[in-house]
Amino acid sequence: MSVSDIQAPVNERRPATAGMPMLHKAIFAVLFVLLAILPMLVYPVFAMKVMCFALFAAAFNLLLGFGGLLSFGHAAYFGGASYVAAHASKVWGWTPEASILVGTLAAGLLGLAIGALAIRRQGIYFAMVTLAFAQMVYFFALQADFTGGEDGIQSVPRGELFGLFSVNSNEALYYLVLAITFGGILFLYRIVHSPFGQVLKAIRENEPRAISLGYRVNRYKLMVFVLSASFAGLAGATKSQVFQLASLTDVHWSMSGEVVLMTLLGGVGTVFGPILGATIVVTMQNYLASMGAWVTVIQGVIFVLGVLLFREGIIGVLSKWLKRPL
Amino acid sequence: MKKTILGALTVASFGLPAMAQDNIEVTLGVLNDRSGVYADLSGEGSVVAARMAVEDFDAASKGLDVEVISADHQNKPDIASNIARQWYDQDGVDAILDVPTSSTALAVADITAQANKILIDSGAGSTQLTGEQCQPTTIHWTYDTAALAKGTGGAVTEAGDKKWFFLTADYAFGHSLEEETMKIVEESGGEIVGSVRHPFPATDFSSFLLQAQASGADVIGLANAGGDTVNAIKQASEFGITQSGQSLAALLMFITDVHALGAQTAQGLVLTEAFYWDHDDETREWSARFEEKFGSKPTMVHAGVYSGTMHYLRAVEATGSTDGDVVAEWMKANEFDDPLFGEGYVRKDGRVIHDMHLYEVKTPDESTGEWDLYKHVSTIPGEEAFLPMEGSGCAFANES
Amino acid sequence: MFELLGIPPQVLMGQLLLGLINGSFYAVLSLGLAVIFGLLNIINFSHGAQYMLGAFVAWMLLEYLGINYWWALLLAPVIVGATGIVLEKLALRRLYHLDHLYGLLLTFGVALIIQGLFRNYYGISGLPYQIPSQLSGGQNLGFMFLPNYRGWVVVASVVVCFGTWFVIEKTRLGAYLRAATENPTLVGAFGINVPLMIMLTYGFGVALAGFAGVLAAPIYSVNPNMGADLIIVVFAVVVIGGMGSIMGAIVTGFGLGVVEGLTKVFYPAGSAVVIFVIMAIVLMIKPEGLFGRNN
Repeated sequence: MSVSDIQAPVNERRPATAGMPMLHKAIFAVLFVLLAILPMLVYPVFAMKVMCFALFAAAFNLLLGFGGLLSFGHAAYFGGASYVAAHASKVWGWTPEASILVGTLAAGLLGLAIGALAIRRQGIYFAMVTLAFAQMVYFFALQADFTGGEDGIQSVPRGELFGLFSVNSNEALYYLVLAITFGGILFLYRIVHSPFGQVLKAIRENEPRAISLGYRVNRYKLMVFVLSASFAGLAGATKSQVFQLASLTDVHWSMSGEVVLMTLLGGVGTVFGPILGATIVVTMQNYLASMGAWVTVIQGVIFVLGVLLFREGIIGVLSKWLKRPL
Repeated sequence: MKKTILGALTVASFGLPAMAQDNIEVTLGVLNDRSGVYADLSGEGSVVAARMAVEDFDAASKGLDVEVISADHQNKPDIASNIARQWYDQDGVDAILDVPTSSTALAVADITAQANKILIDSGAGSTQLTGEQCQPTTIHWTYDTAALAKGTGGAVTEAGDKKWFFLTADYAFGHSLEEETMKIVEESGGEIVGSVRHPFPATDFSSFLLQAQASGADVIGLANAGGDTVNAIKQASEFGITQSGQSLAALLMFITDVHALGAQTAQGLVLTEAFYWDHDDETREWSARFEEKFGSKPTMVHAGVYSGTMHYLRAVEATGSTDGDVVAEWMKANEFDDPLFGEGYVRKDGRVIHDMHLYEVKTPDESTGEWDLYKHVSTIPGEEAFLPMEGSGCAFANES
Repeated sequence: MFELLGIPPQVLMGQLLLGLINGSFYAVLSLGLAVIFGLLNIINFSHGAQYMLGAFVAWMLLEYLGINYWWALLLAPVIVGATGIVLEKLALRRLYHLDHLYGLLLTFGVALIIQGLFRNYYGISGLPYQIPSQLSGGQNLGFMFLPNYRGWVVVASVVVCFGTWFVIEKTRLGAYLRAATENPTLVGAFGINVPLMIMLTYGFGVALAGFAGVLAAPIYSVNPNMGADLIIVVFAVVVIGGMGSIMGAIVTGFGLGVVEGLTKVFYPAGSAVVIFVIMAIVLMIKPEGLFGRNN
C-alpha cells in the first residue's frame, strides 16, 4: 500500500480538463468574500499568518497528495525564501513584490538542487534525503553572516508595492497577501487539474506502467518537486514581509513537521484540506499559546487520532460523505 | 488614553487648569522565558516583581489604572516579536518589561520603537541594545555584557589569572560577552590563549572543556548563562578541571544558578551582579516581601523589573501620558534613588547607570542559610562599569 | 610531539575517547531503532521520547521511591518497554497493513504527547541526577582525565549492544523472530505466536531506548527535550548503517560518535551537521546503507 491510498476519492465521471466544478467555484468564491472582510473581524496579522501557512500547506500537499512524495525538509524552502526576501528588502532596499519574487526564485532553485538528488531514491529514503539537506540548510542559516544566526534578520521594512502604494499598514499589506495566497492556491489547483496533473496521478498510482507508456517519470517528479518548493518559498517570502522578520524557526525541522500536520489534518490530496488544516493549527497555536506545552500535547493527539481514525483528514472525510471531491 | 484626552479637553474648555480627573489606563506586559533555560532567573518572578511595584507605587490613588499581563517568548525572536506586535496593536500594552535573551530583546526593541511605546529591558545583556541598535524608546536596566566584563573580567585578571580561554554560547549575547571580556582582559594585562563556541543551548560540554584544559589557560571564561553555565560548571567538576588547578570565571551568573549548583560546587566563583538580596537593610526588606509572594529570593533581573516599573509609573504620573517618546524623555531627565539599586539615572542612549558589585561565592562553612551564598568583594561605580556613550555606535544619542 | 593539523595528539586522543562515549548513546539508540525497523518495519519516531522517559523514570524512582541507579538500570527499561508494548497493542498493530508513513506519523504524534506532558509538569531546565557513588571520580589516563562514569557508559553500551546482536543473529529465538518478520503466515502456521513476538520485540526496542536514558541521566541533565534533537541524529545513524542491519547500527553508532568528536576539534560549529552530510552522501552512493542488505 502506498502513499496514494491516503487520498480522498476523486470524482471519476468528469474528465479533469472539464474546468472547475461548480462546487469548487462556489467554495472559492465564498472563501474570497470571507477573506476580503476578515480584517474587520480579526487581527489582520493573525489572518495573514493563516494565509501564508495555508499556501505553504497547499504547496506541500501538491508534492505529497498529488505527487505521492513525502518530503521531511520542506522548511528549507519556506525558511530559505524567507531569509532571501528579508535580505532583499532590508539590505538591498527592494520593494516587497521584488523581494517576494526573488525569495520564491531562490526556493525554486534550492528545490531544483535538492530535488535532483532526492528523486534518485524512493519512499523513506527519499524522505531521509530531503531531511538531510534541510538540516544542512538549517546549519547554513545558523552559521552564515547574512542570516544573523539566532537573531535572524530583523527590522525588515515593508516598503512600497511597485514603488507606489505603501504597504506599511497591516490593512494594506493584508490585501497584497490575500492576492498572493489566493492566486497561489488557484494556480496550484490549475496545475493539479491539467494534463500534467493527470500524468502525476498515473505515476503515483503505477509508476512502472507510466514508465512503460513512455513518460519520463523522473522529469515529472522533479518538476512537481520544484513547483512545490517554489510555492512553499512564496509562502515563506510573503511571511517575512508580514512579520518583518526571518528567523531560525522558519528552517527548523519542527516547521517541516508542522506542515505535515496541517496537511494531514486537513486532508492529503484534497483541494481545501491544507487550507483548513493550516487554519486550525495556526489558530490553535495562537489562542492556546498561554497554555504553554499543552499545545504540543494537543498537536500530538491530533496526529495520533488522525492516523488511527481520520486518515483522509477532515476535508477527506467530508468529501467521502458528500461523495464529491473536495 | 481616550478618557484622558476627553477629560482634559472638557476641563480646558471651561478655562480651568488642566488636571485629568479620570484614571489613565496603563497595561504592562512582562515578556520573558517562562519554560526554558532562563525561566528561573526571570519567568513568573518578574511578574511578581512588576505587581509589587504597582502595589508599592499605590497606582490607584494616583489616578493610574494599571494592569499586568505576561507571556512566554520561549527565547525565540519570532515568537517575541509576534507577541509584542499583537500586544501593541490589539491589547493596548503600553510598556514591555524584562525580555531576557538578547536576540529577542533586539526584535522587541524594534517593534516597540515602531509603536512608540516603551521597552524596559531587565533580562538581556547585549550592549547592542544601547549601542548600534539603540532606540529612543529602549531603556536598558540592570546589567549588560560590558559591565560584567569590567567586573569579573577585570577583577580575575588583576588577581593573577592572566591566561584566558573562552567557552562561548554561539548567539548574540555570548559573542557580545566574549568580545567585551576579551577587551578588558587585554587591557588588564592578560592574554587570550583560545576560545570555542558551543551551540545555544547545549547539554554536553565535555569536548569543549577538554579543549579548554589542553589550552594551558589559567582561567576558563564561561561566556554563557543560565542552564548552560550550570551544566558547564558541573561537567568541569566531573572532568577534574577545577581540581587540577584551572579556575572558572562565570561571566554571567545569577543567584538562582548558584543556588542550583550549591555552595559545595560553586564555592570560590567570582561574579558580577547588580543586586543581591542581602546587600543592605533595604534590599533585605524588599527581598523578604518578594520571597513571601514567590517562594525564593529575587534575582537581579527581578529587582530590575521592580525598579524599572516604579520609574516608569512615576513618569506616567508626571507626564500624564503613555506615549513612548514623552515617557522616555521624562525617565532620562529624572534621576532616581532606588531602594534596590541605589542612586542612578537613565542615560540619553537608554543605558541605566547604577553601581555594580563584585561578589564571591561563600564556602559551605561560611554559608549560614540556603540563600546565604555571596560575600561582597567590591563595588564598581556606575560611571566606570558601563561603556561610555561616545563611540558606542548609538546614532541618535551621539548626533547632538 | 607531532601535531596533526595543529592539534596535539593528547587532545586528539581525548576527543576520540569523548566521541566514543557519545557514540555509545548513538549505538544503543540506533540499535533499538534498527531492531524495530529491521524486524517490524515500523519507523519509531517516538524513540527519542522513550529515551527521555527512561531518564525520567530513573529520576522518579530515586526521587519518589528512593530506588538507586543500579536498580533503575534494570527497572526503568522494563517500565519503558511496557509502555511500548501498550502502544503497540493499542495503536501500532492497526497500521501494519498500511504504508510506513502512518507508523511514522503515529509515533511522531506520541512523541509530541509525551514531550508536551513532561514539559508541562517538569519545566525545561532539567532535573539533577547524581552519578552513583561507586562510579564517581576518574582515572588520569595521561592524555586526559576520564571520569569513571563515562567509561562505564562505554562498557555498558558495548555489552548491551553485542548481547542484543548475539540474541538476534545467533540464537534460536532470534531466528524465529527474523523468520516471523519475513514470512509471518508461514511461521504462524508452525505454531509460533507471531503477534506476541512482534509485541515483545517492539517492547524490547523501546526498552533499549529507556536503558540509554538511564545511562544518560547522571551526565546530561534530565529534561523533557533531551530526546527531541537527538532523534533525527539517531535516524541518520540508522540510515547510514543500514535500516535493517543490527551490526550496522552498532558499528555506525560508535563510528559516527567518533566522527562527530573529531569534527568538534577541527570545526566545532559543524559537529551538528556532519552526520547529515554523511547521510546524504551514503544515500546517494549506497542507499541501503553501509551494512544494509538490498531487499
